[in-house]
Parts: sequence; structure tokens; C-alpha cells
Amino acid sequence: MDLSRRVVNAHGLVKRYGTLVAVDGISFAVRPGECFGFLGPNGAGKTTTMKMIYCVLPPTDGQLSVLGMDVRAQGRAIKARLGVVTQDNTLDTALSVRENLVIFARYFDLPWQVARRRADALLEFVALADRAKDKVEQLSGGMRRRLMVARALLPEPDLLLLDEPTTGLDPQARQLTWEKLRQLKRTGVTQILTTQYMEEAAALCDRIVIMDQGRIVAEGAPADLVRQHVGRDVVELRGFESLDEAPARVLGAVGDLADSHEVLSDQIILYTQDGEGLLRRISERGLVAEAATLRRATLEDVFLKLTGRSLRD
Amino acid sequence: MLLFSPKGAYRFWQRNAFIFRRIFPESIAVNFLEPVIYLLAMGFGLGAYLTTVGGLPYLTFVATGLVATAAMFGATFECTYNAYVQMYYEKVYDGAITTPLGIEDVVVGEILWGATRSVLYGTVFLIVIALFGTVRSPLALLIPPLFFLSGLMFSVIAMTFTAVNPNIDFFPFYFALFVTPMFMFSGIFFPLDALPAWVTTATWFTPLSHVVRLSRALTLGALEMRHVSDLVWMLVVTVAMFPLPILLMRRRLVR
Repeated sequence: MDLSRRVVNAHGLVKRYGTLVAVDGISFAVRPGECFGFLGPNGAGKTTTMKMIYCVLPPTDGQLSVLGMDVRAQGRAIKARLGVVTQDNTLDTALSVRENLVIFARYFDLPWQVARRRADALLEFVALADRAKDKVEQLSGGMRRRLMVARALLPEPDLLLLDEPTTGLDPQARQLTWEKLRQLKRTGVTQILTTQYMEEAAALCDRIVIMDQGRIVAEGAPADLVRQHVGRDVVELRGFESLDEAPARVLGAVGDLADSHEVLSDQIILYTQDGEGLLRRISERGLVAEAATLRRATLEDVFLKLTGRSLRD
Repeated sequence: MLLFSPKGAYRFWQRNAFIFRRIFPESIAVNFLEPVIYLLAMGFGLGAYLTTVGGLPYLTFVATGLVATAAMFGATFECTYNAYVQMYYEKVYDGAITTPLGIEDVVVGEILWGATRSVLYGTVFLIVIALFGTVRSPLALLIPPLFFLSGLMFSVIAMTFTAVNPNIDFFPFYFALFVTPMFMFSGIFFPLDALPAWVTTATWFTPLSHVVRLSRALTLGALEMRHVSDLVWMLVVTVAMFPLPILLMRRRLVR
């Protein structure tokens, strides 16, 4: 693809803090109009990468261009064309809901009249028009997040950056935010988001990269990643009397029907292209598990397989 | 690079002004009250015993010095507690720097706003002491511009502390170890030349003493050549320290 048309182009991007390497030489490209996702556990380097893209953190090494401009030299010009939803809400609690938008629009040098007009239109868009005069403190978590999205849209950005847009929201609020983001995508706004929610990545992103410990460990369309790394189906077997010998017997029984497997403390997980065939094989061989679950493989399986199951906090 | 965009700084100043506009009447009313209380207590209370100081009625002596503190407190509160809450708790700076504004613009905008509040507070104070009949010269009209400069100076100093302050609970140290001693030893309540020579020398290093000397000279119309050194002192300190809060705040928020 033509380099100049890439919305973001990163090559060998590094961010170091002393000896700590937050981002360890990653390369990726974001195409116009797509929704691109960074997926990864805590501390994977997602937010650091985002901050470098929105020109708040200077990279330690490597190349990074956004909208065809170098982040090191043209930060202000880049930021003028970005919409950013930071991980923490950064709303101005001294201002009302509508004033938050109007004053923020002034940072982008929009005239007062344009600022007010866009503020009203965006409050309508994120379904907060009836809360315009309220204080930020009076808003629920979901409403604040939507106000952050509205605020990010004030400059009519060419690129929208969303750092964990729905973390901490209830399912209704999350669905509403997703709906708005999909609506925006249809208007052609390129989006980059980070998330810890697999459903979110699957629901919104055309392409994702999975990050772990500052590196990219996988890249592709969500469905392709699932197919490549996990297969079609997942069979979970629980409730063996003893897990000491069960794995060997199960694996012996299923043979090459299982593409790969994991043995956890209380269950055996088998990844396969043919879940029903595999279950049949197990029962034919007289292996009894208390519970056997057959489900479709998801991005979560890919994620856990690639980044491991240990806690990251 | 230290470069800030004047327009960016003005935008952040404008945000502060927008918020202030709403609390303006109340805040100015409080503003009027404070000097009145001081003058009543100091001027009439103490003044009943101390009739004249340095050839001036004590009320006049205190009032013409005290006006300088309004400028100090206006800038200092703005760039300590207010700035810290916005920076640390409300993350207003983090939000603003995702726009074309840089952290440099935010810091400079905040400092300019601190100076603006100095002018507002100081001018209100000046009007009050004028009502008490202590202003004797039209040179007093130069006090608001003087307060803009001294406001910049106090804002830069306060913002420097704020940028390195790890915790909001440390601000009392700033006030107890820096602001209050300055308040007491800047020639507001008693003439400095009455102190031991080394104390008088030491007070030369406090920013407020220069503001006090200048504002007293202007209100009384007693401007002399030696006051140029006070003005130069303030200019040098302000300009020399100006990069500090910008660098330190950048180190704190964007690295």
C-alpha cells in the first residue's frame, strides 16, 4: 500500500523509561477508514503507543508518522486533526456539559459560534442534549464517556483515538457507545482503539494487533486470528476424578482431531476444527467428564493462548 | 525546546477567565471584605497605639504595604492549590494537551491567569485603601501594571513548586516556610530598617519586599531612583525562573 496514504505508520517504534521498555520496537500501519485495535493485557504498552500517536509522548526510537506528518516535528499540526478519548476521563468539572465542549473547541481555534453549533450537534449525537446544562459530576460513567467521545469529535477529526472507550461501563452503556462508534465509522472516520474486551475488538475492529510486554505478538482481522491461532471450535472438559492421568488418556483418544490443547488446574481445553466429532470420539472411548462444553472459538482464546494466563497487575 | 504558542497560552487563559466570570461577583465581594478586615484590625487596632511609622499614620503605612500582598496571594493560590487540583485530580492538563495546545501553553496560560488574578485582587484592594484615604498620588494608577509583573513572578515561583510537589498535603509547607515569612518580613507591618542589619539584608532576597517598596512608593508618590533596582530585581527573577515550571511540568506530565 502507498505509504503516503497510511493514516499511521510506525516502524521500529520504541519507548523506554530508564531500563523499563514500555514499547519494544513495534511496526504497524493503519489504513484510511478502518478501525484498528490494540488488544493486550495491562502493561502491554497499548496506552504508551496511543500517547505516542497523539503526540503527547515523544518516542525514544523508531519512526512514527501520523496523517503523513512526523510526530516529533509536527505534533501541533497533527493534534489539530485528531480526536482523542484518553483512558481516564479528562472532563472539566468546573464547566457544564455543554461548556466542556465549547471551551474545548476553542483550544482548536474554532470561533465561538462554530463551537456552540458543533457542541449542540454533538450533544444530540451522543444523546446528551437534555443534560447540556448539568455539571459533569451529575453524569453517570457511561454519559461521561459519551461526552468524552463528543468532545473528541469537535475538530471533525481525520483520526479518532479511543483508549479503552468502554472500560467500566455497564452493558447498555457499552452497546450505545459501540453503536455510535460504528455510526462514525460509516462516515469514513479512521479509528484506533485499545481494549481489554475481546467482544469489543471483535465488534468494532477491522484489524487488530495483540500486544504483550511491549511487542506485537499477532496481527490480522479478528476472525482470521481466531482461525489461525485457535481453530473453529473449543471443547472444555471439566470434572475428571483425577487430572493426573486424564490428559494423557484424552489426548491419546482424540489424536490429531485436536489441533492444540491446554491443561489447567481443573480442566482440559481442546482446540479443534471439528468439535462435534471430537466430543463423539471422547464418548466412544468411554472417557467420562462431568461437564463437556462445546463452543465457538473466540478472540479471547487467541488472546489467552498468545499472552498466557498469568495475572499482569 | 521551551517554545510555547502565545495563542495556545491565551486559549488556556481564556478557559480560566471563562470559569472565573461565573464566580466573579462573589469572589470580588470576598475580595473587598478581606482588606477591610485587615485595615480595621491593623490600622485602627494597632494604629491606636502606634500613631506614626516613618512619618506616616500607621493605617497609611500598613495599607500601602498590604496592598502588595493581595497581588501575592491572588497569584499564589491560583498557581498552587488551583493548578494542582486541575493538574493532578481533574486531569484538565492531560485533556488540554491532546488538542493543539502543548503543556508549555497550558503552563504559560496558567501563569498568565495567576498574574491576571493578581491584578484583579490587587486593584480591588487598592480601591478599598483609597476609600480609607491612604492613596496620595496618581502614580497609584501604575499599581495594576506593577501587579501584573509581580503576579507573573509569584505565579512562576508557585508553579515551579506545584510542578515538583508530589502531594497536595505539601502546600502548607510552601505557605509556612515561604509565603508567611515573606508576609511578615517584607516591610508591611514594620519598617525593615529597624531590624538587625543581617535581617534587613536577608529580606532583600524575598520577592515580596520589592513589591511592597514599589507599591508604597507609588501610592504615596514617593518614587525614587533606588526603586529602579526593585523593578529590575523582579524582572530578573521572573525572566530567569520562567523556564523552570515549563520544564518541570513537562517532565512530570509528558515523558
